[in-house]
Amino acid sequence: MAEQLLSVGIDIGTSTTQFVLSRLTLENRANPFSVPRVAIAQREVLYRSGIHFTPLLSETVIDAAGVRAIVAEEYRASGFDKGDIATGAVIITGETARKENAQEVLRALSEFAGDFVVATAGPDLESVLAARGAGADVYAKEHHTDVLNFDIGGGTSNLALYSHGELLRTGCLDVGGRLVKLDEAGTVAYVSPVVRKLAEQGRIPALRPGERASPETFTPLLSVLTGALKQAAGLGPGRELLEALLTQGTRWEPPRKPPVCSFSGGVAACMDQPPASWRAFGDIGPLLGQAVAGAFQGVPRRQGTETIRATVVGAGSHATELSGSTIFYRDIAFPLKNLPMCKLTPAEEGGSPAELSEAIQGRLRLFSGGGALEPLALGLRGEASPGYARIQALAQGIVQGLEPLRQAGHPLVVAVEADLAKVLGQAMAPLVSGPLLCLDGVGVENGDYIDIGAPAAGGTVLPVVVKTLVFHSFS
Amino acid sequence: MNEQELRALVERMIVELAGQAPTPQVKGADYRPMEPEGNTESGGCLEDISQVDLRQQYLVKDPRNGPAFLDLKRRTPARLGVGRAGARYKTATMLRMRCDHAAAQDSVFSHVPEEFVQKNGWTPSQTLCGDKDEYLTRPDKGRRFDEANGAVVRQTLGQSPKVALVVGDGLSSAAIEANAPDCMQAIQNGLKSYGIQPSPVLFVQYCRVGASDHIGDLTGAEVVCMLVGERPGLVTAESMSAYLTYKPHIGIPESKRTVVSNIHRQGTTAVEAGAHIAELIKTMLEKRASGIDLH
Repeated sequence: MAEQLLSVGIDIGTSTTQFVLSRLTLENRANPFSVPRVAIAQREVLYRSGIHFTPLLSETVIDAAGVRAIVAEEYRASGFDKGDIATGAVIITGETARKENAQEVLRALSEFAGDFVVATAGPDLESVLAARGAGADVYAKEHHTDVLNFDIGGGTSNLALYSHGELLRTGCLDVGGRLVKLDEAGTVAYVSPVVRKLAEQGRIPALRPGERASPETFTPLLSVLTGALKQAAGLGPGRELLEALLTQGTRWEPPRKPPVCSFSGGVAACMDQPPASWRAFGDIGPLLGQAVAGAFQGVPRRQGTETIRATVVGAGSHATELSGSTIFYRDIAFPLKNLPMCKLTPAEEGGSPAELSEAIQGRLRLFSGGGALEPLALGLRGEASPGYARIQALAQGIVQGLEPLRQAGHPLVVAVEADLAKVLGQAMAPLVSGPLLCLDGVGVENGDYIDIGAPAAGGTVLPVVVKTLVFHSFS
Repeated sequence: MNEQELRALVERMIVELAGQAPTPQVKGADYRPMEPEGNTESGGCLEDISQVDLRQQYLVKDPRNGPAFLDLKRRTPARLGVGRAGARYKTATMLRMRCDHAAAQDSVFSHVPEEFVQKNGWTPSQTLCGDKDEYLTRPDKGRRFDEANGAVVRQTLGQSPKVALVVGDGLSSAAIEANAPDCMQAIQNGLKSYGIQPSPVLFVQYCRVGASDHIGDLTGAEVVCMLVGERPGLVTAESMSAYLTYKPHIGIPESKRTVVSNIHRQGTTAVEAGAHIAELIKTMLEKRASGIDLH
């Protein structure tokens, strides 16, 4: 039952815009005498774009038409038809996501996106995709160790800590190669607010546009930037540099025991093979790469399997997951996009049908906030091996609880962690008319958004992209 | 002869053979047991060793990387990383092995209680076997019914049903008691959700999978779905399979059966397997095939 899905990844970052096409091969891993268990067996990158500078109209506005032209040209060069694309992700990353017209750019790209391509932004998801693109998760699993991946891009460094293959937490620092830009004559052309703030705090001498620069000019800045990275890895004493460079609105707790440090992103590409000239890219990226290599000397470290392309490969090859292989759907118009998760607490889940129904309706009221009810997905943990009576009780409670959703004309979507979606769906089906979808095997939390693609592998699984907007689990 | 007399006799013989008295027995007061490894609370209960999750039990002392080994152990029920005492298993491992083996034997040799069959509303029947010994030694008899039981089969399942639902004890009554009721309810309601009317459930004692074929001949059923206890192993004694055959008849090749195995708490759960089986039955009725013909 080998089936293949073509997946696109588009990454519009602070400094570069990239594009990849990947082939995901689905395979039934269970023996023929068991319930099927379909998994993504192979992820191959079929086409890698060139690395384009992200076109900007000004420091705060992305050139949407320019981005669109790049993507259109790369599609043409790849030789694939966009109608063949089954899944994928477009992400706007780093500082670019904070530009004024990020949403407009995503809309401009939607026509290239095939039926089921997720448009998203956010440092947490970016950290996860970059780490997976760089192979940090697989390395942590295969070596039974802790790996901290630094994806050092133009404006930000995205951190993702994996322990034995499990994601522990993500973070984001304002450390990047394009915090300072240089013109061709070697004078400072742009100084980011982050760097200006460091100067105001008296941590570094002030850098001003127009100033003539040599590599030594940046020594104080580089030492602050690498110091923050080391503190984030739990290697340096103190955490004042880390705090000073944490991206606004994010948190980071350094790991307790020193992890293997993994590096990806454009700056990582300059660590071991620096370009001939330190100003090759008109920024401080090559200098930062050298400084990071020096600062992490003697620390267990690995180079990402991808460096500058880690995020885009992550978006193309790793954003899509598969649901469990025993699912239930009826009359659903796939794909379903941007469903916010409404997840019950374990106590609410364990109640009688009446209590369950009441808990769900309470949640729905919170979601609608008195206004019209938007489509959403109900999230449950589910018991490990429930009796059939419990399934029937769950089905009754859920159907009653979701009645307002049905009346609003939205499909009933239930995502369960435990393996019981099919039986729950079959038990719900006679109790309610209209579109119904139960899927399992996806871990989702309140605050997540979920996209669900059309069934694959003979209708047994659904491609799913979970967009984790909030991922700060501190353990 | 009681134990003391026996001991005296042995001692006398040893004196005669070896020409000297044996080393005196250690007196109870002098006996100092070795320090136990775990905590034993005084006055508490002994731990129920059958409740220990083997996937989380790692007994090697001073391992180089215990968490990594536990990572591997999570993926297999095999008894790995059990450590050793000299050249032998540790007590915990040895006792657990005997415990699991005993559970496996029990589930083969015990019967599914009559009350259990009644409570679930299943109609009891029996193959040609008269008892467990005959069942184990004569597989052929576990596949056929006599006249009287044949009549019960026909009466319960009716003539030419779309789906005949059957539960057989097979080689593990424990598997049936643990999984069959929930699984069967999930199948029945699943079938209803697809608009297929399920039959009443027939229970067969001393049942082999091949009994499906005789049931097919007796009733003309389109699909026979049989839940049957799997031969127990040391991992679990509660594993159940479902065998589904499209238009079974005596002499049908085994390749025409579709099987869903490993239905138990740690495998595919009873209810989710039931839902999967209901859909399989629907597919078989649509495609008029089972086994390798279905693919």
